[in-house]
Amino acid sequence: MNPAFRLVDVTVSYDRHPAVHHVSVDIPAEEMTAIVGPNGAGKSTLLKALLGLAPRIEGRIECHAQRIAYLPQQAEIDRSFPISVFDTVLLGGWTRFGGFDAVTKTDLNDAWRAIEAVGLAGFEQRPIDTLSVGQFQRVLFARLLLQDADLVLLDEPFAAVDAKTVADLMVVIRRWRAEKRTVVAVLHDFDQVRREFPNSLLLARELVASGPTERVLSAENLLRARAMAEAWDEHAGACDMPMRLSA
Amino acid sequence: MLYDLLIGPFADFGFMRRALVASLALSMGGASIGVFLILRRMTLMGDALAHALLPGAALGFLLGGLSLPAMSLGGFLAGIATALASGAIARFTSMREDASFGAAYLTSLALGVMIVSFRGSAIDLMNILFGAILAVDNTALILVAATTTVTLAGLAAIYRPLVVECFNPGFLAAMGVRGSRYHYLFLALAVLNMVASFQALGTLMALGLMLLPAVAASFWAREVWSMTAIAAPMAFLSATIGLLVSFHAGLPSGPVIVLIASLFFLGSLLLGSRASVRARLSQRVHLRA
Repeated sequence: MNPAFRLVDVTVSYDRHPAVHHVSVDIPAEEMTAIVGPNGAGKSTLLKALLGLAPRIEGRIECHAQRIAYLPQQAEIDRSFPISVFDTVLLGGWTRFGGFDAVTKTDLNDAWRAIEAVGLAGFEQRPIDTLSVGQFQRVLFARLLLQDADLVLLDEPFAAVDAKTVADLMVVIRRWRAEKRTVVAVLHDFDQVRREFPNSLLLARELVASGPTERVLSAENLLRARAMAEAWDEHAGACDMPMRLSA
Repeated sequence: MLYDLLIGPFADFGFMRRALVASLALSMGGASIGVFLILRRMTLMGDALAHALLPGAALGFLLGGLSLPAMSLGGFLAGIATALASGAIARFTSMREDASFGAAYLTSLALGVMIVSFRGSAIDLMNILFGAILAVDNTALILVAATTTVTLAGLAAIYRPLVVECFNPGFLAAMGVRGSRYHYLFLALAVLNMVASFQALGTLMALGLMLLPAVAASFWAREVWSMTAIAAPMAFLSATIGLLVSFHAGLPSGPVIVLIASLFFLGSLLLGSRASVRARLSQRVHLRA
């Protein structure tokens, strides 16, 4: 089976400083993969690169997914915006109605069902600024449900989210896997990754390890990742590692 | 008695009628623009943009005298140029957009006042800075009405992508939509409205009827469309009351209109149904669930 993503010598940089450095890895399809690593290791940047949203990408990224859904970090969304839970969820149908076409009855029904599936029935007309962090994360998951994507990218889905919500949303993620969708999530909780995610990718700007989680998250690898993340040189010269392929 | 107070001025004087119609048009288009300016957190930038019309309008004045089409065209071009330049400066340097708008605003205000003083009198300057809604003629009315038509049709057309671009630009980008396109279309509509309201309220207060009612509405409405639906009538009411007060009390119309709009803002701030002072205080009594 083709991998969901094949990264070949990928470097992503901000202001010429690489946030992701010469990473080559396959991300398996129809599987749950966790991206872990210290702060500033380029985890979110890697997700953005997979989406094609990163500013400057060198190397090659092959993607075999038809439809990608993306959960951003909550800080990227204006939570004081005057919009209802229902309308936010309904946005998940964007690929069907876009900016200008009519929203169909099917889309509306899908939105109702998605809201129910994340345990927010009755919240449909609530403005989003009245929700807690956990409740808002449920809203964003409902939106993902509506997107009906074969590949789901989650950027820190459980940051500052209460335990009950984490458990409920994990049910949704497991269901995605059962439906043969690919899930890639940036996560911080190693115990959770060991428990729930069969496949992992340990990043510290460079790839430390990838593959089955119990092998990737070894004490030795984690130590190595931490040491690599701390080596950051403001005055670094140009990288002389040869680029094997250019984009 | 009540007739003399409320209806007489409009029935007896053509200039009051024209001012009323102009305010109606300005309120409908401008208030919706104002709502989006707030949602985009662009109130100060909008203000800077309105001031940036001045040098363009002044150049039009220099070339064509006190002719509305010349001044409007000049103002529109200057506004668009400022919006594009500030956006570009913010994107290509690390300067924050509000700072670059601030710089542009001071520069253009000084430049505009200087250009007017080359040829005009102090009265011309006052007209350009503070407007003269009572001097609205048929050309100006057509300009204002056309602007409102274009604005409402334009906003209706790009409403959904524009709302999403304000709310969650990253989502739009992930969907492969270029949100900046709608941002610039919106800016063009905003500049158009500022040009239209500049004859009525002047460059200094052009945003008065756009922003104040929109801010006031944000204390009542929970969604974008309802915010607009509340802001527009509020703007029109402010203008109507303002015109009457200025007529009876012999006060300058522009500032009175803006002040009445401020009263609506203050009232909403105190009494509004969400995030207002009243809402804060009444939270002391909590509900059962």
